[in-house]
Amino acid sequence: MHRKSLTQLAADLQAGVCSSEELTAACLERIGRLDERLNCFITVTAEQALASARAADARIQAGAAGPLTGIPFAHKDIFCTRGVKTSCGSRMLDNFPAPYDATVTRKLAEAGAVMIGKTNMDEFAMGSSNETSFYGPVKNPWDETRVPGGSSGGSAAAVAARLVPVSTGTDTGGSIRQPAALCGITGLKPTYGRVSRYGMIAFASSLDQGGPFARSAEDAAILLSAMAGFDERDSTSVQREVEDYRATLDAPLGGLKIGLPTEYFGEGLDAGVGAAVEAALDQYRRLGAEPVEISLPNTRLAVPAYYVVAPAECSSNLSRFDGVRFGYRAGKPRDLTDLYQRSRGEGFGPEVKRRILIGTYALSAGYYDAYYLKAQQVRRLIREDFLRAFEQVDVIMGPTAPTTAFRLGEKADDPVSMYLSDIYTIAANLAGLPAMSLPAGFVDGLPVGLHVIGNYFAEGRLLNVAHRYQQVTDWHTRCPKGYE
Amino acid sequence: MALDAAAVAKIAHLARLGIDPADVPEYADSLSAILAFVEQLNAVDTTGVTPLAHPLDATQRLRPDVVSEVDDRENFQSVAPQTEDGLYLVPQVIE
Repeated sequence: MHRKSLTQLAADLQAGVCSSEELTAACLERIGRLDERLNCFITVTAEQALASARAADARIQAGAAGPLTGIPFAHKDIFCTRGVKTSCGSRMLDNFPAPYDATVTRKLAEAGAVMIGKTNMDEFAMGSSNETSFYGPVKNPWDETRVPGGSSGGSAAAVAARLVPVSTGTDTGGSIRQPAALCGITGLKPTYGRVSRYGMIAFASSLDQGGPFARSAEDAAILLSAMAGFDERDSTSVQREVEDYRATLDAPLGGLKIGLPTEYFGEGLDAGVGAAVEAALDQYRRLGAEPVEISLPNTRLAVPAYYVVAPAECSSNLSRFDGVRFGYRAGKPRDLTDLYQRSRGEGFGPEVKRRILIGTYALSAGYYDAYYLKAQQVRRLIREDFLRAFEQVDVIMGPTAPTTAFRLGEKADDPVSMYLSDIYTIAANLAGLPAMSLPAGFVDGLPVGLHVIGNYFAEGRLLNVAHRYQQVTDWHTRCPKGYE
Repeated sequence: MALDAAAVAKIAHLARLGIDPADVPEYADSLSAILAFVEQLNAVDTTGVTPLAHPLDATQRLRPDVVSEVDDRENFQSVAPQTEDGLYLVPQVIE
């Protein structure tokens, strides 16, 4: 059953070939047998999942099922789930059963999807390798000595290893797309404001966006349709109807203009990754698309601007973790200041502390204009680059990450080198644009991701562009050894 | 701009973030490296560029000023480290 796509499984459930309870039990069995090697899950909600599966079976029997009814999925442990531990990969929330559901959690439950567990992630989504998790790193199923990418590493590895058909992630600087690339699956970060952030634990509020992981664009379209939509509980949520992302999947690509930014194919790009991306572009030419060279001149400023904006917002958002109302509290505090300092000092790991410190510094008196305001100005320049490009082209393509999956520990001691692994993904967050990664080949047995950036609310177009490619290639169907 | 140990200690205090004194030099190094990296921004002329706070330049939505939430204190306090009579307990603040 684990070899089937979400679309095939939904058809099987409808036809009575299998029940959701059987499917859920099969997923739980695989997780029990294989996850010890990968460490994808922080919490497995077996009893709850089987109960949801039985409810889904009743709904299917009653003829009231949708495309996700009875489908098991893994939920990134950043989404609040009422009564279920929501750790955000941190010691700070190791004792935190969320008292309410995130909007995404509620919407997926209403669609009848079966949450099978909560996945491992970099602490508070701060990392690109899943190594900053309090619960230990996730391993890449293609090579267990390598990282799965981050921050949504557990969700990506779980789909790549066929533990679940689909999963959720969040993307602040590449946290869906980079792990999708490194694990050889399909992942999409929607337009800022498309998916509600309510109950999604905040890292950098002006950049955070939830989205789907799947093994194909078609499956991602189904999950995104259920996740997206206006939410009055999120003040930055956009009031705009959700398209039927599946309806446009098959649109032909003849005449599609693909922008290739010269800045994405230069120094720092691994030659093998570059060659795989070129081969994918040839495939698009055969599909009738026209790649054209473009320039995004402010590209090199994206990572530095991000490492001001994201830590600044993180330092503000994470000030709520003070040991008073929820989360970790240090033992025997001497006074209130000691309670704050030790609860935060003991509850947060080194990378989170580093970002809180950078952000506090950038926002402190006398430095605000020089850092935060400057970065927000540069952010507009980056957005204007894209707006100019989209007057000329329909989508922009390049590599998702400069290299394939790196080794565990390889970059752990050098924050700046780790930050540069998101060099191609960060600009889309700063501009708020939708973007996705899809499997486009291998280098030495490790997957390569093709990055596709679209104009605002062009999620349907991105999925169409990915789907047509997946109709004529089989990279997305490849499975890591030992997980067939 | 390089940060020294005293600067790190000051920032940590502003953030109410306990840092083991033994770790301060390491933080001073890595924070200085990050600040040196973001220095690149200073080379760009941004005179007259409006800072971008929301990618879609959206403004905050307003809603009617009516009560929309129900009292759920018990549920929310069930995850608190220490409460009493519906109040959160912290170490004594006023002598």
